[in-house]
Amino acid sequence: MSALERPGTSADLSSGGITRRQAWGLFWLLVAAVLAWLFLAVWPDWLNAVLISKKAFVSAVFNGVTLAGLYFLVASGFTLVFGLMRNVNLAHGSLYLLGAYIGYEVASRTGYWLLGVAAGFIVLALIGLVMQVFVFRRLEGDDLRQTLVTIGISIVAADLMLAVWTGTTYQIVTPAWLDGAVAMPIVTAVKSNGEAVFMRYPFYRLVVLAVAIVIGIGLWLMLNRTRVGMMIRAGVDDRAMLSASGVNVHAVFAIVFAIGAGLAGFAGVVGGSALSVAPGEDVRYLLASLVVVIVGGMGSITGAAIGALLIGLAEQIGLVYFPTYGIVLTFVIMVVVLAVRPQGIMGKAR
Amino acid sequence: MTVLASTEQPVSAGTVIEKIGAGNIVLLVLLVLYPAVASNFFLAQIGAYSLILGMIALSLMLLAGYGGMVSLAQISVAGIAGYTVAVFGLNNSGVHGFGWPFWIVVPFATLIGAVASALIGLISNRTEGIYTIMITLAIATAFFYFTQQNYSLFNGFPGYTGIRAPEFWGVAWRDPLPFYYLCLGFAVVTYAAVLYGSRSTYGLTLQAVRDNPRRMRALGFNVTAHKVVAYFYAGVIAGLAGVLLVWFNGRISPGTINVAAAINVLIIAVIGGMRHPIGPFLGAIVVVLMQTFAIDIVGAERFNTLIGLFFLVIVFVSPDGLLGLWGRIKPHLAQESLRSLR
Repeated sequence: MSALERPGTSADLSSGGITRRQAWGLFWLLVAAVLAWLFLAVWPDWLNAVLISKKAFVSAVFNGVTLAGLYFLVASGFTLVFGLMRNVNLAHGSLYLLGAYIGYEVASRTGYWLLGVAAGFIVLALIGLVMQVFVFRRLEGDDLRQTLVTIGISIVAADLMLAVWTGTTYQIVTPAWLDGAVAMPIVTAVKSNGEAVFMRYPFYRLVVLAVAIVIGIGLWLMLNRTRVGMMIRAGVDDRAMLSASGVNVHAVFAIVFAIGAGLAGFAGVVGGSALSVAPGEDVRYLLASLVVVIVGGMGSITGAAIGALLIGLAEQIGLVYFPTYGIVLTFVIMVVVLAVRPQGIMGKAR
Repeated sequence: MTVLASTEQPVSAGTVIEKIGAGNIVLLVLLVLYPAVASNFFLAQIGAYSLILGMIALSLMLLAGYGGMVSLAQISVAGIAGYTVAVFGLNNSGVHGFGWPFWIVVPFATLIGAVASALIGLISNRTEGIYTIMITLAIATAFFYFTQQNYSLFNGFPGYTGIRAPEFWGVAWRDPLPFYYLCLGFAVVTYAAVLYGSRSTYGLTLQAVRDNPRRMRALGFNVTAHKVVAYFYAGVIAGLAGVLLVWFNGRISPGTINVAAAINVLIIAVIGGMRHPIGPFLGAIVVVLMQTFAIDIVGAERFNTLIGLFFLVIVFVSPDGLLGLWGRIKPHLAQESLRSLR
């Protein structure tokens, strides 16, 4: 009866932690070995029969991983803002879409794609700053109202974007040096004359993945190696204590919100170049951010990366192997994580 | 437990309840007499539609107001019930449509909706507070995409058409006047049930769980079970509303349950106010009237901007919606009159 008041979580973790870690290490090693074999070996016929073809499987995985890069870019801002400010920014998808539109306008008018990317980041960072200073600061400490306000903003924003850019689908044109496909060191099949067929993959998507990784590492370094990052992490853990120790919390909030919104805008331009820009994309990326953050754990950059990887892979593999039930796979991942670890894979129990 | 309840309720609860009772009776009489002055358009497109949306928002109000759980998946629950009607009843889309009689289909669809709602509650209650809104929004969005992708069960993008309200007792229930009374009947029953339930032992326990789950757990209450049961009851209401909605539209498709619709329900509940079950109906009338007549003001295209801005103003000015606005103005007026006396 007395145990009901405080569940003994700390006791569970300390006992037998090392053996558990070893078991997991072994498990992941095994997974890595199987994956390496799947990618590098030429598949036997039975495997080709089960998984359609090596080409289908490998490109599904590549698509999944590159999509995960995009999802990570969107969700990292979302999770950062949530972790620090307890602000569920449901307008995050709108920020993504607005960034994409702005990137399209700037890139198509100036002809410089990189300028479009920069504009997407900067303009959205400024908008995020304005939102934080003029809207969310007024509702501080009231989670529900902040969330409701973000819903209101997303409705108005979606409607105004529809008014300006209509329902047309846009495609941001990438510069020539990003176009084309590159050969990957992966043999998909062997021709009858013994010549190996290497897989080719769009260069731009690999660049998206690389950018996501670079930004992920950059964010991690910023959070773990700089003074501002230290303040942000302290704020995630205990906001009141941070402000009591003399830090201007509002400035930290403003910086984080600007970074979060800026990343959404940046992802909008990058994603709009890889896929397309159209009304409704805001909802899609909002869903992606929500699920990624629920799965990965709120407020954790590493969690966002893991969540994005899981969801991106699930979505693309689902698309290839069970097209009409693909979304169910994403949903099942979310439910399983919530059942086993409600705070998310890397989330901290509060 | 009674101690907890009495801290929640004001001391003068008895007189307040009496007042509300009188107001309810007046309201009911007005609503019953409404068809005498209303045209068919006002009966169906405004009256019945407001009542249906009000019921869905009422199910959210039950969860959010008494349970502190803001669920955005209530439209999905209504949609599940609606799809059940389409699949097991009759439709003219040529997919499924088993033709079960309405008196089996309606309770069955409601039950399916309620069970789905309870499952959503079970999932979203793994975490607490603001997380609920995220998880339920994710569920609602995922369900929308699923209905759009899946043809074997939900008939994909077109959905189901040609679903008709039944005819029995010699009344064609899809005609405006009978349909209005049908919706009114369901709405009154659910409204009264929520009002009664909120004062029952279970309702008070749920409110106590909302205010202090930790203490309730310590007192030996099963917090999760109470919340999941609340989701079940909310699912019954949303399921019934879903049946009415599919009869009202004559069709159901992913567009009925998309994210905009899910958020619309939240908007209705927030605009109306979530402190009292009349709030959602009030909000529904306001939103439906705006939806219908905003075309004359801003044009059909920019309706969402108007409703979004209105919603933002309500959230900023009065967290408890129109009801809260009234609740805040009333004592203020009383004070003003006191001041003028001095």
